[in-house]
Amino acid sequence: MQADTTTQTLDINGERRTVCFPSHHTLLEVLREECGLTGTKHGCELGECGACTVLVDGEAVLSCLVLTAEVGERPIETVEGLQDGNALHPLQTTFADLGAAQCGYCTPGILMAAKSLLAHNAAPSRPEIREALSGNLCRCTGYHKIVEAVEGASVLLRGEAWEPEAETIYGHDVDS
Amino acid sequence: MIRLPPFAYRRPTDLADAAAMLAGEGPETRLVAGGTDLWPNLKRRHQQASTVISLMGIQGLAGVEETEDGGLRIGATTPLSTVADHPVVRWRYPGLSRAIDSISSPPLRNMGTIGGNLCVDTRCTYYNQSEEWRRSINYCMKAAGEICWVAPSSPRCWAHSASDSAPMLAALEAEVELVSTRGSRRIPLPQMYQDDGIEYLAKQPDEILTTIYLPATSDAAHCRSSFWKLRRRGSIDFAVMSTATTLWLDGHGRVERAAIYLGAVASFPKPADKAVERLIGEIPTPELLDQVSELARRKATPMDNTDFQAQWRKAVAGKYIRAALREALGMDPELLAPKHQAGGTPTS
Repeated sequence: MQADTTTQTLDINGERRTVCFPSHHTLLEVLREECGLTGTKHGCELGECGACTVLVDGEAVLSCLVLTAEVGERPIETVEGLQDGNALHPLQTTFADLGAAQCGYCTPGILMAAKSLLAHNAAPSRPEIREALSGNLCRCTGYHKIVEAVEGASVLLRGEAWEPEAETIYGHDVDS
Repeated sequence: MIRLPPFAYRRPTDLADAAAMLAGEGPETRLVAGGTDLWPNLKRRHQQASTVISLMGIQGLAGVEETEDGGLRIGATTPLSTVADHPVVRWRYPGLSRAIDSISSPPLRNMGTIGGNLCVDTRCTYYNQSEEWRRSINYCMKAAGEICWVAPSSPRCWAHSASDSAPMLAALEAEVELVSTRGSRRIPLPQMYQDDGIEYLAKQPDEILTTIYLPATSDAAHCRSSFWKLRRRGSIDFAVMSTATTLWLDGHGRVERAAIYLGAVASFPKPADKAVERLIGEIPTPELLDQVSELARRKATPMDNTDFQAQWRKAVAGKYIRAALREALGMDPELLAPKHQAGGTPTS
């Protein structure tokens, strides 16, 4: 069947872009293929892994299951919009400082889910962070560093000082 | 990239227009709201669609508001997270918030709608697989095949109901409004379902689910409700068994009225009638709840159609029903045997 096309102006990371795409294409396809924003990853593409999480209207959604034509003029935020010029977003800072990414494939989705959490809750508890990230799968490492990094970013975003906890192995200082 | 198949996409802004489109298009027309069920099904080619009609542009179809008679009216396209987090729902219908909070993961609850969850496709081990996987078993009768692999000699499909809000809303005596070009009708929620894995909805194909009504008598001031869900992981997974309970007590603590519905153990939210009968007129004691949960457990006939072994699910169903009843009555749910609880002594 011949696909309909839609021409639409999208608000992506504060920038308005007019794109033409087949009407049945998802936001994930349009972001990656029409807009060249490949920071948003495709994982399962069925709504089970969270790798493609972006924000629409400030809410975390899975771009693999959002029809672009449904988004309209609502603001879209992707991982590319996190940093401000050369300054990293506090979430990026703490993820990097703690090594909360291993292969990094799930990281953009987790950063966006975490950004949405911190916008709604400036001082989340660890169970609240785990709940907010419970739709994002990481298959490399544990989730501990990720949860710590989101907690650290919440501290930075509140304007308080944050230092990563010293790493230990079975309670012993790693560097000694 | 797994892509959606091409389809004609319609986005009416008026309910009458949507109903007219649905009535006028061919049988391969599908309604979509949040898309969290339809898009994966189309991507995996479980379902086909020549035309997809979106309900998300229709004015007035989303929202939660209290009605004049003290009940609650929920628009079908209200996102699940909006319903669960609504202060009135949290305060007056906590069982519903609990059931919705257990659905999938946070981003999917921001996308999926309450109407979509009530109409969510039934699921099965032999159906919710990739196209290649299903081709290798020559498909099943729910999509493109002839045999139900769960029960190969059976003439019917045994896919199970996958909604978490449906058993809870049924136990809360909710009603739904269905609209078509022929008019509208309001029915008790259980009447929207039927016992078949393929034709699981008794809703007519040209009808649109528009509204869910919760009666005032189902709120926390009148009754006690509880919801428990069994699944492998604490997030993302569909239920492999769930139980929703509502109990109305009189001034002396006797059960006046009760509802127990089981999810994911049949093609529809299954009422446990005998268990409810046993409860009526009684003051619930732990011993009575043991008997009632055993009666309800007999209604759970899980088959080889989802995660975990069917026998194990059946055994655990009793524990979950008992836990839900006990929790609704303010007792310790005691889900696990003492040896598994903190402070218990392992025996093996």
